Amino acid sequence: MSEHIVSVRVYFAIFLALLVGTALTVVAAFVDFPWRFNTIVALTIASIKATLVVLYFMHVRYSPRLVWVIVASALFWMGILFAFTFSDYLTRGWLSIGY
Amino acid sequence: MQPIESFEVPAPSKVNYINAQYGLKSWLLTKDHKRIALLYLGSITFFFFIGGIYALMIRLELLTPQGDLLQSTTYNKVFTQHGIIMIFFFLIPSIPATLGNFLIPMMIGAKDLAFPRINLLSWYIYMLGGIVTIYALLAGGVDTGWTFYTPFSTTFSNSYVVAAGLGIFINGFSSILTGLNFIVTIHTMRAPGMTWFRMPLFLWSHYATSLIMILGTPVIAITILLLAFERLSGVGIFNPALGGDPVLFQHLFWFYSHPAVYIMILPAMGVISELVANFSRKNIFGYSFVAFSSLAIAVFGFLVWGHHLFVASQSVYAGMIFSFLSFAVAIPSAIKVFNWTATLYKSSISYDTPMLYALGFIGLFTIGGMTGLFLASLAVDVHLSDTYFVVAHFHYIMVGGALMGYLGGLHYWWPKISGRMYPEGWGRFSALVIFVGFNLTFLPQFVAGYLGMPRRYHAYPPEFQVFNVLSTAGASILGFGMLIPAIYFVWSMRYGKHAEANPWHLPGLEWRTQSPPLTENFEVTPIVTWEAYEFAPPEETEVVGKFGPELERI
Amino acid sequence: MIESHATTQDVHGHPALQHHFENMEQQREAGTIGMWVFLVTELMFFGGMFLAYALYRSQFPAAFASASNHLDITLGAVNTAVLIVSSFTMALAVYFTQVGKLRPQIICLILTLVLGVTFLGIKAVEYHEKYTDRLIPGHLIPSAPFGPDAHALHLLPGATLPQVEMFYWIYFAMTGMHALHMIIGAGLLTFLIIYSIKGRFDPEYHGPVEIIGLYWHFVDIVWIFLFPLLYLLGRHFEHG
Repeated sequence: MSEHIVSVRVYFAIFLALLVGTALTVVAAFVDFPWRFNTIVALTIASIKATLVVLYFMHVRYSPRLVWVIVASALFWMGILFAFTFSDYLTRGWLSIGY
Repeated sequence: MQPIESFEVPAPSKVNYINAQYGLKSWLLTKDHKRIALLYLGSITFFFFIGGIYALMIRLELLTPQGDLLQSTTYNKVFTQHGIIMIFFFLIPSIPATLGNFLIPMMIGAKDLAFPRINLLSWYIYMLGGIVTIYALLAGGVDTGWTFYTPFSTTFSNSYVVAAGLGIFINGFSSILTGLNFIVTIHTMRAPGMTWFRMPLFLWSHYATSLIMILGTPVIAITILLLAFERLSGVGIFNPALGGDPVLFQHLFWFYSHPAVYIMILPAMGVISELVANFSRKNIFGYSFVAFSSLAIAVFGFLVWGHHLFVASQSVYAGMIFSFLSFAVAIPSAIKVFNWTATLYKSSISYDTPMLYALGFIGLFTIGGMTGLFLASLAVDVHLSDTYFVVAHFHYIMVGGALMGYLGGLHYWWPKISGRMYPEGWGRFSALVIFVGFNLTFLPQFVAGYLGMPRRYHAYPPEFQVFNVLSTAGASILGFGMLIPAIYFVWSMRYGKHAEANPWHLPGLEWRTQSPPLTENFEVTPIVTWEAYEFAPPEETEVVGKFGPELERI
Repeated sequence: MIESHATTQDVHGHPALQHHFENMEQQREAGTIGMWVFLVTELMFFGGMFLAYALYRSQFPAAFASASNHLDITLGAVNTAVLIVSSFTMALAVYFTQVGKLRPQIICLILTLVLGVTFLGIKAVEYHEKYTDRLIPGHLIPSAPFGPDAHALHLLPGATLPQVEMFYWIYFAMTGMHALHMIIGAGLLTFLIIYSIKGRFDPEYHGPVEIIGLYWHFVDIVWIFLFPLLYLLGRHFEHG
């Protein structure tokens, strides 16, 4: 079976992208965006960086479908933890049943 | 496919995995999944007895309404430790680490699990966690309840919370490594021809269980660490002094601990599928429904944890969502019960000991499951929460369900594991004693709880005494009933009748090896060309069209 | 009857082929899937702490911003760059192993280790700063309980000192757990370097290099999120 070998060129390009992303996120941190956009920008940049690491450094782009399913499931389950816990905290004042 | 009786069982060789090598080192450094299963069997039995002793102390104290046998603080430690030992050191590992470890490679036609050394490591980690926990118990015990609720556990308890938590944390790694091993094995090491839908349902259940182990256990791991950090630093995220919320602990704790109950029951369900199909000599009704329901239970099980927080100041809106989902999670379990029942219908049932346990499971699990629905209803839960109704509910599932599945599986596969038969008469007798003792113990607890008796109290109002006396009487019978298999299993290893390769005459792949099996299970990798539970050869059918064979040719 | 044929195991199998696998391909696949499954557990593990962070940050935005601003952004950014370079060298190490270039492989592994230790060194400096500023929460260090100079913290309006302590509790929990994973990674890299020097890996067998690489990249990803969430969340309040 051929194991896909990612080239040094690709690794270098991703590496540069990650450094650029880091610089970008530091610069963006000092800009006063309206509403919650500072957080959104920071998380977006971080997510893009993480995606690049996962796809290329961790070879997921060239991995069998099972690995894609595993990564997606992990993210989905983190999502469950966050979503359902926040469903409690965000709705705590909504319904009053006497206490 | 040829009928079962005519397929060739390899001529039994004198060598098997038990006598292949002698000496303590060959057992303690083994990579053989079967030997590791036996290591687990021994240690799990040990912890079960410790947990049982705590149960005995609880039932003795509760014979009388006054708190006369134990002080309240001691009683708190007793029920806490009963819970910790039984849940983390018995129920969660029991079937996967013993029967799962032993059978999964054999059922898929492999020589071992994917990572044999990690398998052995998981046992050592289990033992280390056990030793740390026992240290905590002996040093002074822990009294927070197995649920470790804050702020009592972080701030006010003077017991060995961190030590006990550490023991459970370590044990969690054992669970994770076992689950990891099973998932990788089932994905990558199935024999040629063993497609997913030819796998016995025991494998589907263990696969689903492993998913839960992987996704849930890390969360309790971090929760325990955060608890320890808070206890050691004196402040933390669960403490209102810093703006923290004690209920956050409950969210994090139950995110794992609810799916954990499915870790405890799914493997037993897998065993029951095997027992029901094989002892009624009929293909399981609705194989794919049962297979998918295992996965559904694993997934849905992660969406319901908030039903433990209904009366803990969780938002009512969240409570409604969790309540609805808790009703939904009962559906896949019910599907299984219907399918088992349909399998039994018009089948050829033989009432051997394993089948007795399976039948007991179906009834008792149904009761346990249905009482869960009462607890899932928001309004009813306000009344029943923290009463003995809850205690009875989960014991019906964990003892009436999981333990019965474990015992049934042990009896069923005992000839394969040990090469000996257990005494059938004693087997049936003890199954009945256990069934009677169990119901006498826990049925009165439903009533007591409904009438208002709180749980975790060492003293109670006198009107509840009759239920407690019945319960303790039942517990004595149950304890006696469980001693009998302990004795005859050990007895059988020396004096039991020698078992042939396929004593029950069944089609499963694990029965196509000698009893006990070779170290490498199969001399050559089998090629699987039959379905799971294929009891009768497919009938020879002539293809006849609607208008008859002559017209088909036109 | 079990239709069977001769075992597919090659008599001249690779010395690293374990007895229960049919061939190297199956062994490699199993190892890779196994590490990915383990990384799922790691994600859920850190996930609990990210949840606590998200919850309390949404409740105490001013305190969290103030506390964050007191972290050393230069050291944090340098550490981020250090880890990114280390991920690059780790990926290169895997590459050189795949193409059979032993010396570059060993050099890259050593570089990765050195960068990892550098990260930990910088972290130690930061922790020491927190210690001298009395920002270690509670009485974790009994001789230096939490008690910073509130004035020096430049608290934003609405921030209270207990909430700041909450931030630092979460900061130490998350970065401490991350650092522990780095230490474990450094240990794993040491093993890799030793085995590489002994010539254990070749283009046909290099599973351990790959899967430890996966672990290392994961730890990097955790930091990629920790850095902006812990160090940068309040910087836009700083000026003015």
